Amino acid sequence: MATRLFGSGIRRREDPRLITGSATYTDDLTLPGMVHAAMLRSPHAHATVGTIDISRAQASPGVLAVYTGKDTSDGLQPMPCAWLVPDADLKVATYPCIATDTVRYVGDIVAVVVAEDPYQAYDALDLIDVEYTALPAVTNPAEAAGDGAPQVHADVDKNQAFHWAVSGGDVDAAFKDAEVVVKERIIQQRLIPNAMEPRAALAEYDQASGDLTLWNTTQNPHILRFLNSVVTGVPEDRARIIAPEVGGGFGSKIPAYPGEFITVFCAKQLGRPVKWNETRSENYQATTHGRDHVQEIELAAKKDGTITGLRCTVWAGMGAYLSTAAPGIPTILHGLMLPACYGIPAIKEDVYGVYTNTTPVEAYRGAGRPEATFMVERMVDRLAGEIGMDPADVRKKNLIPAFDDGHDTVTGLTYDSGDYPTALDKLLSHADYARLRAEQATARKSGRYIGLGLSTYVEMCGLGPSQVAGAIGFQGGLWESAIVRVHPTGKVHVFIGTSPHGQGEETTFAQIVADEIGVGADDVKVIHGDTDTTPMGWGTYGSRTTAVGGAALAKAARKVRDKAKVIAAHLLEAAVEDMEFADGKYSVKGSPDKAKSLAEVALMANVAWNMPANVEAGLEASTFYDPPNFTFPFGAHLAVVEVDKATGQVDLKRYVAIDDCGPQINPVIVEGQVHGGVVQGIGQALWEQAVYDDSGQLVTGSMLDYALPRAGRLPEIEVLSTVTPSPHHPLGVKGIGEAGTIASTVAVYNAVMDALGPLGVETIDMPFTPERVWRAIQQATKGH
Amino acid sequence: MKVPVNITVNGRSYQRDVEPRQLLVHFIRDLGGLTGTKVGCDTSQCGSCTVLLDGVAVKSCSCLAVQADGAAVTTIEGLAEQGTLHPLQEAFWDKHGLQCGFCTPGMILASHELLRHNPDPSDADIRHGLEGNLCRCTGYQNIVRAVRHAADALAEK
Repeated sequence: MATRLFGSGIRRREDPRLITGSATYTDDLTLPGMVHAAMLRSPHAHATVGTIDISRAQASPGVLAVYTGKDTSDGLQPMPCAWLVPDADLKVATYPCIATDTVRYVGDIVAVVVAEDPYQAYDALDLIDVEYTALPAVTNPAEAAGDGAPQVHADVDKNQAFHWAVSGGDVDAAFKDAEVVVKERIIQQRLIPNAMEPRAALAEYDQASGDLTLWNTTQNPHILRFLNSVVTGVPEDRARIIAPEVGGGFGSKIPAYPGEFITVFCAKQLGRPVKWNETRSENYQATTHGRDHVQEIELAAKKDGTITGLRCTVWAGMGAYLSTAAPGIPTILHGLMLPACYGIPAIKEDVYGVYTNTTPVEAYRGAGRPEATFMVERMVDRLAGEIGMDPADVRKKNLIPAFDDGHDTVTGLTYDSGDYPTALDKLLSHADYARLRAEQATARKSGRYIGLGLSTYVEMCGLGPSQVAGAIGFQGGLWESAIVRVHPTGKVHVFIGTSPHGQGEETTFAQIVADEIGVGADDVKVIHGDTDTTPMGWGTYGSRTTAVGGAALAKAARKVRDKAKVIAAHLLEAAVEDMEFADGKYSVKGSPDKAKSLAEVALMANVAWNMPANVEAGLEASTFYDPPNFTFPFGAHLAVVEVDKATGQVDLKRYVAIDDCGPQINPVIVEGQVHGGVVQGIGQALWEQAVYDDSGQLVTGSMLDYALPRAGRLPEIEVLSTVTPSPHHPLGVKGIGEAGTIASTVAVYNAVMDALGPLGVETIDMPFTPERVWRAIQQATKGH
Repeated sequence: MKVPVNITVNGRSYQRDVEPRQLLVHFIRDLGGLTGTKVGCDTSQCGSCTVLLDGVAVKSCSCLAVQADGAAVTTIEGLAEQGTLHPLQEAFWDKHGLQCGFCTPGMILASHELLRHNPDPSDADIRHGLEGNLCRCTGYQNIVRAVRHAADALAEK
């Protein structure tokens, strides 16, 4: 019996090059004649730009060129926004690649220098004199939406980029009839994604042919090729975009940025390859941020714990300009998920997208769904406190019962399948929740403050189908493609349109193909990230690579299998109807000895000496897969914390995650995704925050100032799972990349508030630094 | 004005004239082909640029090339011996201790330093010992497992 690779935790095929240093990231590339670009960025959050004197920079050693916005305004069109959310009065403000008359955030580009080496380029930046006249700045989205706030864009009244609303069910009745209403104002603080690889671009332009090759740290090279044609004018057929090894993204490498297009501009002008690497400080200033919501939430319920309605208003900071996909994140990816795993019957949400003098905001791991999950799960705990029920019991009372053929929500989604009560039960039983509650009570008697925090979640991923993309204003499709090509020796090339950057699909996709057509995983090479060699695809984000790309691949592999069966039948002089694919071989049913391996079939298909009638040579298939629906992974998480009353220090003692992403292709990789995701969410709760001062300076402008999770501050994450297949996916899989982040922030938040409940603390803004927690305790207890 | 230096990298001697301000990490990366050492930040926080300088782990962004004159540097490319992966490399592979791989060279060399000082570390020792290296993908858990696994493998040698 051939061993099935689906479900096996084999080692990753990516790793040998990564553990030996031979992997090639963008910054590792060197081309003959290559020169280096550096960007001059605004030190002001808001200012008018007067004269720019570049003469000293131009004369600086090694400098080839200095360009300002006046030089690039013809060659570089404004940055496009590609998610035009409908029915939202969307106002897309002009977003120039290089600012000319006004800068709108610290980090806005005002000039670029190209020099023979990077040190020379940075030296020359210091020699550019820019005349700025500072203007008042605004950084908080709720304040920016108020009367009299500084205007980020003169033509956008009240800084309102959009107003989007979603509603379903009778919310007014729910609140009129409510026996209990709980309210809270939550700050989803701004976060900095911090992919370990900073962004980089290398552009090579042949002035004779007009051919461009752009190596870039992108999660979606095909989208970038399209946007590049819009901004730089290099037609799609002339542009080859390559995402080489990409060192993480977490959403921040979805959007197109001025940096790569300016690099292309310089390469076109100079006829020499131009490389640009952002520094980490630039990454903090100018690579997109995440979250940044001010949320006001009310939950209506009955005294027995039944949730009857949710009403909320969100001010979502967009930053100074609308990044590529930004408008869709606090709206479509957020508001539609508010019914959560409770199927809340009445929902009303207003979302105000607001321009501020800050770095543009984009998708950040979870993208809208963590913010929605947080709102609901926090309010569930508030409700539990209000009615004196255990938070676990409130959840049990409201969870949608198990279903396998669709559940419709009042926001218009159809969850594909789910078994939320089992996930929660398994969590409570594994963690021994009852014992933890007893230990908590004992500890309190001795003055120790232990807290338990639960969250349950359902998320939507595998974004699609494309018809929905059109309806929600996404300026693209949401299908995926794959090509499976079998060579004469039975070795396989797989070409995919998505662009993994650390998630391990070179391995998991090889596992899929291996089972489907009868080869070993080591016989399959997965090729991605090059628009000249891979079929069109929409990229890796929204946990969609396996959920959509994996489905495309399975279907392409099955086409290859079907053709292999026909050729094998011919070679075995059997009828096709009598053939089967069993034990990794193409055999005659009932006669396992009469069989051909894929290699034998592939050789004949490729030499084509003896093919069945009307069958083309070659053994290759491609698919374009447009999913019929999203997939909806879910789970239940528990955090256990202890808070030191004297110092405000939060100690995360235990973390248990149950996630259901359907059948797992490679459980080791799934577990790794959960670890990373959970820790990113913990980071939001405990440590991370992008802080701007009143003048719009980014105070947390380096890794020294922004507190990222470190190894020594984390407990071992306990990872468990349940398996509920998606009914519409060819492999039943759902996606796991964002799950951990969606669930964990609010689990930790609830745990800290549970610990502090006896002290009368009701709310603290994240992150839970010791100072904030200590102050909250002091205020609640008046120092006693 | 440039300054002559002679730095041995992975057993091979390199004589170069460098600017006094050139960072060791840029010296290494500019040698041609040795780009496994990464630059992940500009404040010495991330540890992606960690190399061994005369056997001791340093962040090569915090060291000038002229300071390394006469020294021997080992980078990630020099850790495997005659094509055989170092037990730390094997362990990171076995335990899925990496995802995007960008922090991995520095993480492996920092782990090398950790095990040099403490060949039998507890999980807490490992977590403490790797505080100077950032990873955004793994949540560190499988890195801890990998280092523990490597410690066992090295003990058996």
